[in-house]
Amino acid sequence: MNARGNDGSAGRGCWSGTVSGVHLVETFHEGPWSVTAVVGDLDVVGGPELRQHLVALLTEGSRRLVLDLSGVDFIDSFGLGVVVGALKRTRLLDGDLRVVVPGPRIRRVFEVCDLDRVFKLHKTVQEAVSTL
Amino acid sequence: MTASRDLPAATSHRPSDPAAAYTGEVVLEIPAQMEFVSLVRLVVSGAAALHPDVGSERVEDLRVAVSEATTNAIQSHERVDSAAQIRLTCKVAEDQIEVTVRDRGKGFDPDALPNVPDPDSPERLLHESGMGLRLMRVLADETEIRPSSSGTCVSLVFYGSARRRAAVGG
Repeated sequence: MNARGNDGSAGRGCWSGTVSGVHLVETFHEGPWSVTAVVGDLDVVGGPELRQHLVALLTEGSRRLVLDLSGVDFIDSFGLGVVVGALKRTRLLDGDLRVVVPGPRIRRVFEVCDLDRVFKLHKTVQEAVSTL
Repeated sequence: MTASRDLPAATSHRPSDPAAAYTGEVVLEIPAQMEFVSLVRLVVSGAAALHPDVGSERVEDLRVAVSEATTNAIQSHERVDSAAQIRLTCKVAEDQIEVTVRDRGKGFDPDALPNVPDPDSPERLLHESGMGLRLMRVLADETEIRPSSSGTCVSLVFYGSARRRAAVGG
């Protein structure tokens, strides 16, 4: 899988994923940010894998995380819960988590649950990592 | 898993109203396993997408709401270790689509769920669950949850565009 949302330059190094047909996760680096790109359905099947991946990133010392949901076709309350949990864990470690949701379809699910007031939803990875 | 399908009517004499040509019912019975939720989404959204008066945005709403109801149903079977099938019915009518999800769990009481704190509250991040019911209620035009000792039946109704416009007085 190719990295999404960057120019494919140096810094890519951590690949974690299972090709289950529903879900892929890849992490690359943009400066101090660890960008995790998710592809597939973020539901009760795909969500636990992402949660495990993000916990591993924090355990390994990453503190600035970007979650790129550009490639997510579907998200439900379980997937939202994984994102909320990741924000909670990141803040407990004095870190920061930014979420990229370019399309209206996935954004709407965040909005229905008022999570657009909890996260600032970015349109691109570049926007997420360059916002102060 | 069993499925039956009765739409669209295979006839060369379709009614003049295009919506009427796509009325019918799809019934799905699935094992209570999470891997089948994506199949449910596929089938139900596929049936809904045939309806000429239901736009793609509403099909997406239906996909999310039905997924939530199905996930809850499977979880209710897991809690009692039930091997029974979950039964879904998707009724496509001229002015609406109704999806019912019936499980044989212990019965789900929506009023017993804790409220999710306000998004501005620090307590909000302590709640990673509890959003499914809200998604169903906001995304569907009608949501009914009927718990009983022999299980729960969730009914989700999505109006066609014309009925939606009439419902909001537009």
